[in-house]
Amino acid sequence: MLNWIQVHFPNIYALGWTGDGGWGTAIFQTLYMTFGAALIGGLLGLAFGIGIVLTADDGISPHPLAYQIFDKVISIGRAIPFIIMVVIISPVTQVLVGTTIGATAALVPLSLGVFPFFARQVQVALLDVAPGKVEAARSFGASNTDIIREVYLREGHSELIRVSTVTLISLVGLTAMAGAIGAGGLGTTAIVTGYQRFQPDVMWLATILVLLFILIIQFVGDFLARHQHHGS
Amino acid sequence: MPVIDLKNINVTFKQKDKTITAVNNASLKVEQGDIYGIVGYSGAGKSTLVRTINLLQKPSSGSVTVNGTNMLSLSETELRTERKKIGMIFQHFNLMDELTVFGNVALPLQHADLTTSALTAKVNHLLDLVGLKDRATNYPAQLSGGQKQRVAIARALANDPQILLSDEATSALDPRTTNQILALLKKLNAELGLTIVLITHEMQAVKAIANKVAVMEAGSIIERGSLLDIFTQPQKQLTRDFINTATNLDEALVNVQTLLAEQPLAADEKLVQVQYVGANTAQPLLSKIYADFGVSINLLYSNMEILANTPVGLCIAVFKGKPAAIQTVVDSLNDHSVKTTFLTLGGATNA
Repeated sequence: MLNWIQVHFPNIYALGWTGDGGWGTAIFQTLYMTFGAALIGGLLGLAFGIGIVLTADDGISPHPLAYQIFDKVISIGRAIPFIIMVVIISPVTQVLVGTTIGATAALVPLSLGVFPFFARQVQVALLDVAPGKVEAARSFGASNTDIIREVYLREGHSELIRVSTVTLISLVGLTAMAGAIGAGGLGTTAIVTGYQRFQPDVMWLATILVLLFILIIQFVGDFLARHQHHGS
Repeated sequence: MPVIDLKNINVTFKQKDKTITAVNNASLKVEQGDIYGIVGYSGAGKSTLVRTINLLQKPSSGSVTVNGTNMLSLSETELRTERKKIGMIFQHFNLMDELTVFGNVALPLQHADLTTSALTAKVNHLLDLVGLKDRATNYPAQLSGGQKQRVAIARALANDPQILLSDEATSALDPRTTNQILALLKKLNAELGLTIVLITHEMQAVKAIANKVAVMEAGSIIERGSLLDIFTQPQKQLTRDFINTATNLDEALVNVQTLLAEQPLAADEKLVQVQYVGANTAQPLLSKIYADFGVSINLLYSNMEILANTPVGLCIAVFKGKPAAIQTVVDSLNDHSVKTTFLTLGGATNA
Protein backbone atom coordinates (compact mmCIF):
# COMPACT_ATOMS: atom_id res chain seq x y z
CA MET A 1 0.00 0.00 0.00
CA LEU A 2 2.59 2.57 1.10
CA ASN A 3 4.76 1.41 -1.73
CA TRP A 4 1.94 1.93 -4.18
CA ILE A 5 1.35 5.46 -2.87
CA GLN A 6 5.07 6.18 -3.09
CA VAL A 7 5.12 5.16 -6.75
CA HIS A 8 1.92 6.82 -7.94
CA PHE A 9 1.57 9.82 -5.56
CA PRO A 10 5.11 10.77 -4.58
CA ASN A 11 4.08 14.20 -3.32
CA ILE A 12 1.53 12.74 -0.93
CA TYR A 13 4.06 10.22 0.29
CA ALA A 14 6.77 12.84 0.71
CA LEU A 15 4.74 14.74 3.30
CA GLY A 16 4.80 11.72 5.58
CA TRP A 17 2.50 11.19 8.58
CA THR A 18 4.13 12.98 11.46
CA GLY A 19 6.31 16.03 11.59
CA ASP A 20 5.69 19.54 10.38
CA GLY A 21 3.23 19.41 7.50
CA GLY A 22 2.69 15.65 7.81
CA TRP A 23 -0.78 14.25 7.14
CA GLY A 24 -1.31 13.14 10.72
CA THR A 25 -0.19 16.52 11.99
CA ALA A 26 -2.48 18.34 9.54
CA ILE A 27 -5.49 16.21 10.44
CA PHE A 28 -4.83 16.68 14.14
CA GLN A 29 -4.46 20.44 13.68
CA THR A 30 -7.73 20.67 11.79
CA LEU A 31 -9.53 18.68 14.49
CA TYR A 32 -7.87 20.73 17.18
CA MET A 33 -8.84 24.03 15.58
CA THR A 34 -12.37 22.92 14.76
CA PHE A 35 -13.25 21.53 18.18
CA GLY A 36 -11.18 24.07 20.12
CA ALA A 37 -12.92 26.98 18.42
CA ALA A 38 -16.25 25.14 18.62
CA LEU A 39 -15.82 24.90 22.39
CA ILE A 40 -14.81 28.52 22.97
CA GLY A 41 -16.91 30.08 20.21
CA GLY A 42 -19.77 27.70 21.02
CA LEU A 43 -19.93 28.71 24.67
CA LEU A 44 -19.67 32.39 23.76
CA GLY A 45 -22.30 31.99 21.05
CA LEU A 46 -24.62 30.06 23.36
CA ALA A 47 -24.27 32.76 26.02
CA PHE A 48 -25.01 35.52 23.53
CA GLY A 49 -27.81 33.56 21.90
CA ILE A 50 -29.50 32.90 25.24
CA GLY A 51 -28.80 36.47 26.32
CA ILE A 52 -30.46 38.04 23.32
CA VAL A 53 -33.55 35.84 23.69
CA LEU A 54 -33.93 36.58 27.41
CA THR A 55 -33.43 40.33 27.13
CA ALA A 56 -35.72 40.85 24.14
CA ASP A 57 -38.92 42.83 24.67
CA ASP A 58 -40.98 39.65 24.84
CA GLY A 59 -38.26 37.68 26.65
CA ILE A 60 -38.45 36.50 30.25
CA SER A 61 -36.07 39.23 31.43
CA PRO A 62 -36.48 42.23 29.11
CA HIS A 63 -33.54 44.62 29.09
CA PRO A 64 -33.43 46.96 26.09
CA LEU A 65 -29.82 48.08 26.57
CA ALA A 66 -28.41 44.57 27.00
CA TYR A 67 -30.47 43.44 24.04
CA GLN A 68 -29.04 46.21 21.86
CA ILE A 69 -25.50 45.32 22.90
CA PHE A 70 -26.01 41.61 22.16
CA ASP A 71 -27.68 42.41 18.88
CA LYS A 72 -25.05 44.87 17.67
CA VAL A 73 -22.10 42.68 18.67
CA ILE A 74 -23.63 39.74 16.83
CA SER A 75 -24.52 41.79 13.75
CA ILE A 76 -21.14 43.48 13.48
CA GLY A 77 -19.28 40.25 14.20
CA ARG A 78 -21.23 38.54 11.44
CA ALA A 79 -20.56 41.38 9.02
CA ILE A 80 -16.76 41.30 9.20
CA PRO A 81 -15.33 38.89 6.63
CA PHE A 82 -13.35 36.19 8.41
CA ILE A 83 -10.11 36.68 6.51
CA ILE A 84 -10.12 40.35 7.50
CA MET A 85 -11.06 39.49 11.10
CA VAL A 86 -7.91 37.32 11.34
CA VAL A 87 -5.75 40.28 10.40
CA ILE A 88 -7.60 42.87 12.47
CA ILE A 89 -7.45 40.93 15.72
CA SER A 90 -3.90 39.67 15.27
CA PRO A 91 -2.61 42.11 17.94
CA VAL A 92 -5.10 40.59 20.37
CA THR A 93 -3.97 37.12 19.33
CA GLN A 94 -0.35 38.16 19.91
CA VAL A 95 -1.19 39.27 23.45
CA LEU A 96 -3.32 36.23 24.27
CA VAL A 97 -1.23 33.46 22.72
CA GLY A 98 2.17 35.05 22.24
CA THR A 99 2.23 34.40 18.51
CA THR A 100 -0.06 34.88 15.53
CA ILE A 101 1.05 31.73 13.72
CA GLY A 102 -0.05 28.16 14.29
CA ALA A 103 -3.16 26.27 15.30
CA THR A 104 -3.42 27.65 18.83
CA ALA A 105 -3.10 31.23 17.62
CA ALA A 106 -5.81 30.48 15.05
CA LEU A 107 -8.22 29.56 17.86
CA VAL A 108 -8.60 33.25 18.69
CA PRO A 109 -9.92 34.46 15.30
CA LEU A 110 -11.77 31.19 14.74
CA SER A 111 -13.66 31.49 18.03
CA LEU A 112 -14.40 35.15 17.45
CA GLY A 113 -15.35 34.47 13.86
CA VAL A 114 -17.74 31.65 14.62
CA PHE A 115 -19.46 32.87 17.77
CA PRO A 116 -21.66 35.62 16.26
CA PHE A 117 -22.78 33.16 13.58
CA PHE A 118 -23.57 30.56 16.22
CA ALA A 119 -25.23 33.12 18.51
CA ARG A 120 -27.66 34.09 15.75
CA GLN A 121 -28.39 30.43 15.07
CA VAL A 122 -28.97 29.75 18.77
CA GLN A 123 -31.32 32.73 18.90
CA VAL A 124 -33.36 31.34 16.01
CA ALA A 125 -33.39 27.86 17.57
CA LEU A 126 -34.57 29.15 20.95
CA LEU A 127 -37.24 31.39 19.45
CA ASP A 128 -38.52 28.25 17.79
CA VAL A 129 -39.50 26.91 21.23
CA ALA A 130 -43.23 27.63 21.62
CA PRO A 131 -43.74 30.74 23.80
CA GLY A 132 -46.61 28.90 25.48
CA LYS A 133 -44.15 26.44 27.03
CA VAL A 134 -42.26 29.34 28.61
CA GLU A 135 -45.53 30.82 29.82
CA ALA A 136 -46.59 27.49 31.32
CA ALA A 137 -43.26 27.24 33.15
CA ARG A 138 -43.69 30.77 34.51
CA SER A 139 -47.22 29.91 35.59
CA PHE A 140 -46.02 27.11 37.85
CA GLY A 141 -43.35 29.27 39.41
CA ALA A 142 -40.22 28.30 37.46
CA SER A 143 -37.24 30.64 37.86
CA ASN A 144 -35.43 32.11 34.87
CA THR A 145 -32.63 29.59 35.36
CA ASP A 146 -35.20 26.78 35.34
CA ILE A 147 -36.76 28.18 32.20
CA ILE A 148 -33.42 28.39 30.37
CA ARG A 149 -32.51 24.86 31.35
CA GLU A 150 -35.83 23.04 31.39
CA VAL A 151 -37.63 24.84 28.58
CA TYR A 152 -35.32 26.65 26.17
CA LEU A 153 -32.38 24.26 26.20
CA ARG A 154 -34.28 21.01 26.53
CA GLU A 155 -37.22 21.77 24.30
CA GLY A 156 -34.91 23.41 21.78
CA HIS A 157 -32.11 20.86 21.97
CA SER A 158 -32.93 19.09 18.75
CA GLU A 159 -32.84 22.41 16.91
CA LEU A 160 -29.68 23.36 18.83
CA ILE A 161 -27.97 20.17 17.67
CA ARG A 162 -28.98 20.99 14.12
CA VAL A 163 -27.59 24.53 14.20
CA SER A 164 -24.45 23.27 15.96
CA THR A 165 -23.90 20.88 13.08
CA VAL A 166 -24.25 23.71 10.58
CA THR A 167 -21.88 25.84 12.64
CA LEU A 168 -19.28 23.06 12.98
CA ILE A 169 -19.32 22.56 9.23
CA SER A 170 -18.85 26.23 8.52
CA LEU A 171 -16.10 26.20 11.15
CA VAL A 172 -14.23 23.53 9.19
CA GLY A 173 -14.37 25.92 6.25
CA LEU A 174 -12.96 28.70 8.41
CA THR A 175 -10.04 26.52 9.57
CA ALA A 176 -9.14 26.00 5.91
CA MET A 177 -9.21 29.75 5.39
CA ALA A 178 -7.06 30.26 8.49
CA GLY A 179 -4.79 27.59 7.05
CA ALA A 180 -4.13 29.78 4.02
CA ILE A 181 -2.41 32.29 6.24
CA GLY A 182 -0.36 29.96 8.34
CA ALA A 183 -2.63 28.29 10.88
CA GLY A 184 -1.68 24.77 9.79
CA GLY A 185 -4.07 21.89 9.29
CA LEU A 186 -5.54 20.48 6.11
CA GLY A 187 -6.18 23.99 4.78
CA THR A 188 -2.48 24.78 4.81
CA THR A 189 -1.74 21.41 3.23
CA ALA A 190 -4.22 21.99 0.42
CA ILE A 191 -3.37 25.61 -0.33
CA VAL A 192 0.28 26.12 0.60
CA THR A 193 1.68 22.68 -0.16
CA GLY A 194 -0.82 21.51 -2.75
CA TYR A 195 -1.87 24.55 -4.71
CA GLN A 196 1.04 26.95 -4.38
CA ARG A 197 3.73 24.29 -4.91
CA PHE A 198 1.92 22.68 -7.83
CA GLN A 199 1.21 19.35 -6.13
CA PRO A 200 -2.39 18.69 -7.21
CA ASP A 201 -2.51 15.21 -5.67
CA VAL A 202 -1.78 16.71 -2.26
CA MET A 203 -4.43 19.37 -2.82
CA TRP A 204 -7.01 16.78 -3.76
CA LEU A 205 -6.30 14.42 -0.91
CA ALA A 206 -6.48 17.29 1.59
CA THR A 207 -9.79 18.36 0.06
CA ILE A 208 -11.16 14.83 0.22
CA LEU A 209 -10.15 14.56 3.89
CA VAL A 210 -11.91 17.85 4.69
CA LEU A 211 -14.96 16.63 2.82
CA LEU A 212 -14.95 13.34 4.74
CA PHE A 213 -14.67 15.23 7.99
CA ILE A 214 -17.68 17.37 7.06
CA LEU A 215 -19.71 14.32 6.05
CA ILE A 216 -19.00 12.66 9.41
CA ILE A 217 -20.08 15.80 11.29
CA GLN A 218 -23.27 16.01 9.23
CA PHE A 219 -24.06 12.35 9.77
CA VAL A 220 -23.51 12.43 13.52
CA GLY A 221 -25.41 15.72 13.82
CA ASP A 222 -28.42 14.42 11.93
CA PHE A 223 -28.39 11.21 13.92
CA LEU A 224 -28.34 13.03 17.26
CA ALA A 225 -30.98 15.55 16.26
CA ARG A 226 -33.30 12.78 15.12
CA HIS A 227 -32.79 10.26 17.87
CA GLN A 228 -33.08 12.58 20.81
CA HIS A 229 -36.27 14.21 19.68
CA HIS A 230 -39.74 13.27 20.88
CA GLY A 231 -41.70 16.19 19.55
CA SER A 232 -44.35 16.09 16.91
CA MET B 1 -63.16 37.19 51.79
CA PRO B 2 -62.81 36.53 48.07
CA VAL B 3 -59.97 34.20 47.00
CA ILE B 4 -59.28 36.41 44.01
CA ASP B 5 -59.94 40.12 44.20
CA LEU B 6 -59.13 42.18 41.12
CA LYS B 7 -59.82 45.89 41.54
CA ASN B 8 -59.94 48.44 38.73
CA ILE B 9 -57.53 46.56 36.51
CA ASN B 10 -56.23 48.38 33.47
CA VAL B 11 -53.82 46.83 31.01
CA THR B 12 -52.47 48.92 28.17
CA PHE B 13 -49.89 48.03 25.55
CA LYS B 14 -47.82 50.60 23.73
CA GLN B 15 -47.39 49.93 20.04
CA LYS B 16 -45.28 52.47 18.17
CA ASP B 17 -47.31 55.68 18.54
CA LYS B 18 -50.61 54.34 19.80
CA THR B 19 -51.71 52.83 23.09
CA ILE B 20 -53.93 49.78 23.05
CA THR B 21 -56.21 49.17 26.02
CA ALA B 22 -56.60 45.43 26.48
CA VAL B 23 -58.38 45.58 29.84
CA ASN B 24 -60.36 48.62 30.85
CA ASN B 25 -61.12 49.21 34.53
CA ALA B 26 -62.19 45.63 35.23
CA SER B 27 -62.94 44.40 38.74
CA LEU B 28 -63.65 40.82 39.66
CA LYS B 29 -64.24 38.97 42.91
CA VAL B 30 -64.01 35.19 42.93
CA GLU B 31 -65.09 33.32 46.05
CA GLN B 32 -63.69 30.07 47.39
CA GLY B 33 -65.16 27.12 45.46
CA ASP B 34 -66.51 29.22 42.59
CA ILE B 35 -66.32 28.14 39.01
CA TYR B 36 -66.29 31.58 37.51
CA GLY B 37 -66.84 31.69 33.76
CA ILE B 38 -65.56 34.67 31.82
CA VAL B 39 -66.97 34.79 28.30
CA GLY B 40 -66.29 37.09 25.41
CA TYR B 41 -65.17 37.04 21.83
CA SER B 42 -61.51 36.89 20.82
CA GLY B 43 -59.77 40.13 21.67
CA ALA B 44 -62.22 41.05 24.42
CA GLY B 45 -59.35 41.04 26.90
CA LYS B 46 -60.38 38.00 28.95
CA SER B 47 -57.03 36.18 28.58
CA THR B 48 -55.17 39.35 29.49
CA LEU B 49 -57.42 39.87 32.51
CA VAL B 50 -56.95 36.33 33.80
CA ARG B 51 -53.15 36.65 33.37
CA THR B 52 -53.13 39.53 35.82
CA ILE B 53 -54.22 37.08 38.53
CA ASN B 54 -50.86 35.27 38.52
CA LEU B 55 -49.08 38.32 37.11
CA LEU B 56 -48.02 36.66 33.90
CA GLN B 57 -49.36 40.01 32.78
CA LYS B 58 -48.59 43.00 34.99
CA PRO B 59 -51.55 45.40 35.07
CA SER B 60 -50.81 49.02 34.16
CA SER B 61 -52.92 49.99 37.17
CA GLY B 62 -55.24 48.38 39.67
CA SER B 63 -54.79 45.92 42.50
CA VAL B 64 -54.49 42.14 42.50
CA THR B 65 -55.18 40.28 45.72
CA VAL B 66 -55.01 36.50 45.80
CA ASN B 67 -55.62 34.58 49.04
CA GLY B 68 -55.30 37.90 50.85
CA THR B 69 -51.86 38.59 49.39
CA ASN B 70 -51.24 41.78 47.47
CA MET B 71 -49.57 40.22 44.45
CA LEU B 72 -48.11 43.47 43.17
CA SER B 73 -46.07 44.01 46.33
CA LEU B 74 -44.15 40.73 46.02
CA SER B 75 -40.52 40.26 45.04
CA GLU B 76 -39.72 37.95 42.12
CA THR B 77 -38.95 35.07 44.49
CA GLU B 78 -42.09 35.59 46.57
CA LEU B 79 -44.14 35.86 43.39
CA ARG B 80 -42.82 32.48 42.20
CA THR B 81 -43.90 30.95 45.50
CA GLU B 82 -47.38 32.47 45.16
CA ARG B 83 -47.66 31.29 41.55
CA LYS B 84 -47.26 27.72 42.74
CA LYS B 85 -50.61 28.15 44.50
CA ILE B 86 -52.29 29.15 41.22
CA GLY B 87 -52.41 26.43 38.58
CA MET B 88 -52.99 27.32 34.95
CA ILE B 89 -54.02 25.42 31.84
CA PHE B 90 -53.98 26.62 28.26
CA GLN B 91 -55.70 26.22 24.92
CA HIS B 92 -52.68 24.58 23.33
CA PHE B 93 -51.74 22.59 26.44
CA ASN B 94 -48.13 23.87 26.44
CA LEU B 95 -46.65 20.55 27.52
CA MET B 96 -42.93 19.91 27.23
CA ASP B 97 -42.57 17.70 24.16
CA GLU B 98 -39.19 16.33 25.23
CA LEU B 99 -40.49 15.09 28.58
CA THR B 100 -42.69 12.10 29.24
CA VAL B 101 -46.13 12.51 30.78
CA PHE B 102 -44.53 11.71 34.13
CA GLY B 103 -41.74 14.21 33.52
CA ASN B 104 -44.23 16.93 32.64
CA VAL B 105 -46.23 16.46 35.82
CA ALA B 106 -43.04 16.22 37.89
CA LEU B 107 -41.55 19.39 36.38
CA PRO B 108 -43.21 21.91 38.73
CA LEU B 109 -42.03 19.75 41.64
CA GLN B 110 -38.34 19.75 40.75
CA HIS B 111 -37.40 22.07 43.60
CA ALA B 112 -40.01 20.68 45.98
CA ASP B 113 -38.75 19.12 49.17
CA LEU B 114 -39.74 15.59 48.22
CA THR B 115 -37.92 12.27 48.26
CA THR B 116 -37.81 10.39 44.97
CA SER B 117 -40.41 7.91 46.17
CA ALA B 118 -42.69 10.63 47.51
CA LEU B 119 -42.37 12.45 44.18
CA THR B 120 -43.21 9.31 42.24
CA ALA B 121 -46.20 8.64 44.47
CA LYS B 122 -47.42 12.21 44.10
CA VAL B 123 -47.10 12.26 40.30
CA ASN B 124 -48.81 8.89 40.02
CA HIS B 125 -51.61 10.09 42.27
CA LEU B 126 -52.11 13.15 40.04
CA LEU B 127 -52.10 11.03 36.90
CA ASP B 128 -54.64 8.75 38.53
CA LEU B 129 -56.79 11.77 39.38
CA VAL B 130 -56.96 12.81 35.70
CA GLY B 131 -57.36 9.22 34.50
CA LEU B 132 -53.98 8.77 32.82
CA LYS B 133 -52.16 6.41 35.14
CA ASP B 134 -51.19 4.05 32.33
CA ARG B 135 -49.71 6.82 30.18
CA ALA B 136 -46.83 7.89 32.46
CA THR B 137 -44.05 6.84 30.09
CA ASN B 138 -45.63 8.24 26.92
CA TYR B 139 -44.49 11.45 25.28
CA PRO B 140 -47.06 14.19 24.53
CA ALA B 141 -46.76 13.51 20.78
CA GLN B 142 -48.28 10.08 21.47
CA LEU B 143 -51.40 11.49 23.14
CA SER B 144 -54.72 12.83 21.89
CA GLY B 145 -55.74 16.44 22.56
CA GLY B 146 -57.96 15.49 25.47
CA GLN B 147 -55.20 13.38 27.03
CA LYS B 148 -52.72 16.24 26.63
CA GLN B 149 -55.09 18.58 28.44
CA ARG B 150 -55.43 16.00 31.24
CA VAL B 151 -51.65 15.94 31.60
CA ALA B 152 -51.68 19.74 31.66
CA ILE B 153 -54.31 19.66 34.41
CA ALA B 154 -52.25 17.17 36.43
CA ARG B 155 -49.21 19.41 35.97
CA ALA B 156 -51.19 22.49 37.04
CA LEU B 157 -52.26 20.65 40.21
CA ALA B 158 -48.76 19.45 41.09
CA ASN B 159 -48.16 22.09 43.76
CA ASP B 160 -51.64 21.60 45.30
CA PRO B 161 -52.98 24.99 44.22
CA GLN B 162 -56.28 26.33 45.57
CA ILE B 163 -56.95 28.10 42.29
CA LEU B 164 -56.97 26.90 38.70
CA LEU B 165 -56.97 29.35 35.81
CA SER B 166 -58.26 27.85 32.60
CA ASP B 167 -57.48 29.86 29.48
CA GLU B 168 -59.64 28.51 26.63
CA ALA B 169 -58.66 25.03 27.82
CA THR B 170 -61.37 23.28 25.82
CA SER B 171 -61.35 25.48 22.73
CA ALA B 172 -59.01 23.24 20.76
CA LEU B 173 -60.95 20.08 21.63
CA ASP B 174 -63.89 18.35 19.97
CA PRO B 175 -67.30 18.56 21.71
CA ARG B 176 -67.14 15.13 23.32
CA THR B 177 -63.62 15.66 24.67
CA THR B 178 -64.65 19.14 25.78
CA ASN B 179 -67.42 17.64 27.90
CA GLN B 180 -65.01 15.12 29.43
CA ILE B 181 -62.54 17.83 30.37
CA LEU B 182 -65.33 20.02 31.78
CA ALA B 183 -66.59 17.06 33.81
CA LEU B 184 -63.06 16.58 35.14
CA LEU B 185 -62.84 20.25 36.15
CA LYS B 186 -66.22 19.98 37.85
CA LYS B 187 -65.02 16.90 39.72
CA LEU B 188 -61.85 18.67 40.87
CA ASN B 189 -63.96 21.60 42.01
CA ALA B 190 -66.24 19.32 44.01
CA GLU B 191 -63.60 16.97 45.43
CA LEU B 192 -60.68 19.31 46.07
CA GLY B 193 -62.63 22.53 46.58
CA LEU B 194 -60.62 23.96 43.73
CA THR B 195 -61.64 27.48 42.74
CA ILE B 196 -61.69 27.72 38.94
CA VAL B 197 -61.62 30.72 36.64
CA LEU B 198 -62.77 29.58 33.24
CA ILE B 199 -61.98 31.77 30.25
CA THR B 200 -63.86 30.79 27.13
CA HIS B 201 -65.70 32.03 24.08
CA GLU B 202 -68.06 29.04 24.33
CA MET B 203 -71.12 29.72 26.46
CA GLN B 204 -71.73 25.94 26.35
CA ALA B 205 -68.68 25.37 28.54
CA VAL B 206 -69.76 28.00 31.04
CA LYS B 207 -73.30 26.67 31.06
CA ALA B 208 -72.03 23.17 31.80
CA ILE B 209 -70.02 23.87 34.94
CA ALA B 210 -69.88 27.51 36.03
CA ASN B 211 -71.84 28.95 38.93
CA LYS B 212 -70.98 32.56 38.09
CA VAL B 213 -70.48 34.35 34.82
CA ALA B 214 -68.89 37.58 33.65
CA VAL B 215 -69.23 38.81 30.09
CA MET B 216 -66.41 40.84 28.61
CA GLU B 217 -66.42 43.17 25.64
CA ALA B 218 -63.66 45.53 24.49
CA GLY B 219 -61.67 45.12 27.69
CA SER B 220 -64.56 45.76 30.07
CA ILE B 221 -66.78 43.45 32.07
CA ILE B 222 -70.21 44.47 30.78
CA GLU B 223 -72.34 42.06 32.77
CA ARG B 224 -71.89 39.63 35.63
CA GLY B 225 -73.94 37.51 37.94
CA SER B 226 -74.93 33.99 38.88
CA LEU B 227 -75.22 31.56 35.98
CA LEU B 228 -78.98 31.39 36.47
CA ASP B 229 -79.47 35.17 36.50
CA ILE B 230 -77.30 35.70 33.46
CA PHE B 231 -79.10 33.00 31.53
CA THR B 232 -82.60 33.94 32.47
CA GLN B 233 -82.30 37.72 32.71
CA PRO B 234 -79.52 38.84 30.42
CA GLN B 235 -79.29 42.63 30.26
CA LYS B 236 -76.86 43.20 27.40
CA GLN B 237 -77.29 42.27 23.75
CA LEU B 238 -73.87 40.53 23.66
CA THR B 239 -74.89 38.36 26.60
CA ARG B 240 -78.13 37.43 24.81
CA ASP B 241 -76.15 36.55 21.69
CA PHE B 242 -73.92 34.21 23.67
CA ILE B 243 -76.88 32.60 25.41
CA ASN B 244 -78.86 32.19 22.20
CA THR B 245 -75.93 30.39 20.65
CA ALA B 246 -75.57 28.17 23.69
CA THR B 247 -79.26 27.26 23.81
CA ASN B 248 -79.53 26.80 20.03
CA LEU B 249 -82.24 29.47 20.04
CA ASP B 250 -80.65 31.19 17.05
CA GLU B 251 -80.83 28.00 15.06
CA ALA B 252 -84.40 27.36 16.18
CA LEU B 253 -85.51 30.83 15.14
CA VAL B 254 -84.08 30.31 11.67
CA ASN B 255 -86.00 27.04 11.41
CA VAL B 256 -89.19 28.68 12.64
CA GLN B 257 -88.76 31.45 10.07
CA THR B 258 -88.33 28.94 7.28
CA LEU B 259 -91.41 27.11 8.47
CA LEU B 260 -93.52 30.28 8.65
CA ALA B 261 -92.39 31.36 5.18
CA GLU B 262 -94.03 28.22 3.86
CA GLN B 263 -97.03 28.27 6.17
CA PRO B 264 -97.76 31.87 7.18
CA LEU B 265 -99.59 32.51 10.42
CA ALA B 266 -103.33 32.87 10.22
CA ALA B 267 -105.01 36.04 11.49
CA ASP B 268 -105.86 34.45 14.81
CA GLU B 269 -102.36 33.07 15.39
CA LYS B 270 -99.47 34.63 17.30
CA LEU B 271 -95.83 33.51 17.55
CA VAL B 272 -94.75 33.44 21.18
CA GLN B 273 -91.57 32.70 23.08
CA VAL B 274 -92.08 31.21 26.51
CA GLN B 275 -89.30 31.03 29.07
CA TYR B 276 -89.52 29.60 32.54
CA VAL B 277 -87.21 29.01 35.45
CA GLY B 278 -87.41 26.65 38.36
CA ALA B 279 -89.74 23.95 39.47
CA ASN B 280 -93.04 25.73 38.68
CA THR B 281 -92.58 24.70 35.10
CA ALA B 282 -94.82 25.99 32.38
CA GLN B 283 -96.11 22.64 31.17
CA PRO B 284 -99.03 22.34 33.63
CA LEU B 285 -99.93 25.95 32.89
CA LEU B 286 -99.79 25.40 29.13
CA SER B 287 -102.00 22.36 29.35
CA LYS B 288 -104.66 24.33 31.25
CA ILE B 289 -104.67 27.20 28.78
CA TYR B 290 -106.96 25.61 26.23
CA ALA B 291 -109.43 24.56 28.84
CA ASP B 292 -109.44 27.90 30.64
CA PHE B 293 -109.12 30.37 27.76
CA GLY B 294 -109.88 28.52 24.53
CA VAL B 295 -106.40 29.24 23.22
CA SER B 296 -104.67 26.31 21.53
CA ILE B 297 -100.92 25.96 21.53
CA ASN B 298 -98.76 24.50 18.78
CA LEU B 299 -95.22 23.92 20.09
CA LEU B 300 -92.56 24.56 17.41
CA TYR B 301 -89.44 24.36 19.57
CA SER B 302 -88.79 23.39 23.13
CA ASN B 303 -85.63 23.16 25.15
CA MET B 304 -85.00 22.44 28.79
CA GLU B 305 -81.72 22.50 30.66
CA ILE B 306 -80.49 22.27 34.19
CA LEU B 307 -78.44 25.33 35.10
CA ALA B 308 -76.84 25.31 38.52
CA ASN B 309 -79.31 22.56 39.54
CA THR B 310 -82.30 24.60 38.38
CA PRO B 311 -84.41 23.67 35.37
CA VAL B 312 -84.61 26.39 32.75
CA GLY B 313 -86.99 25.96 29.82
CA LEU B 314 -87.53 27.76 26.58
CA CYS B 315 -90.31 27.19 24.01
CA ILE B 316 -91.35 28.79 20.77
CA ALA B 317 -95.04 28.22 20.10
CA VAL B 318 -97.94 29.39 17.99
CA PHE B 319 -100.89 30.54 20.12
CA LYS B 320 -104.19 30.29 18.27
CA GLY B 321 -107.36 32.00 19.49
CA LYS B 322 -109.11 35.35 19.91
CA PRO B 323 -106.58 38.22 20.27
CA ALA B 324 -108.05 39.25 23.61
CA ALA B 325 -107.85 35.66 24.88
CA ILE B 326 -104.23 35.35 23.74
CA GLN B 327 -103.34 38.59 25.54
CA THR B 328 -105.03 37.29 28.69
CA VAL B 329 -103.03 34.07 28.46
CA VAL B 330 -99.75 35.95 28.01
CA ASP B 331 -100.50 38.22 30.96
CA SER B 332 -101.47 35.27 33.07
CA LEU B 333 -98.25 33.42 32.20
CA ASN B 334 -96.17 36.50 32.96
CA ASP B 335 -97.95 36.73 36.32
CA HIS B 336 -96.82 33.17 37.03
CA SER B 337 -93.14 34.14 36.39
CA VAL B 338 -93.22 32.51 32.99
CA LYS B 339 -91.58 35.09 30.76
CA THR B 340 -93.72 35.28 27.62
CA THR B 341 -92.79 37.37 24.61
CA PHE B 342 -94.49 37.90 21.24
CA LEU B 343 -92.11 37.18 18.38
CA THR B 344 -92.20 38.87 15.02
CA LEU B 345 -90.05 37.63 12.20
CA GLY B 346 -87.67 40.55 12.63
CA GLY B 347 -87.12 39.88 16.37
CA ALA B 348 -88.91 39.90 19.68
CA THR B 349 -91.34 42.46 21.08
CA ASN B 350 -92.00 42.37 24.76
CA ALA B 351 -95.58 41.49 25.62
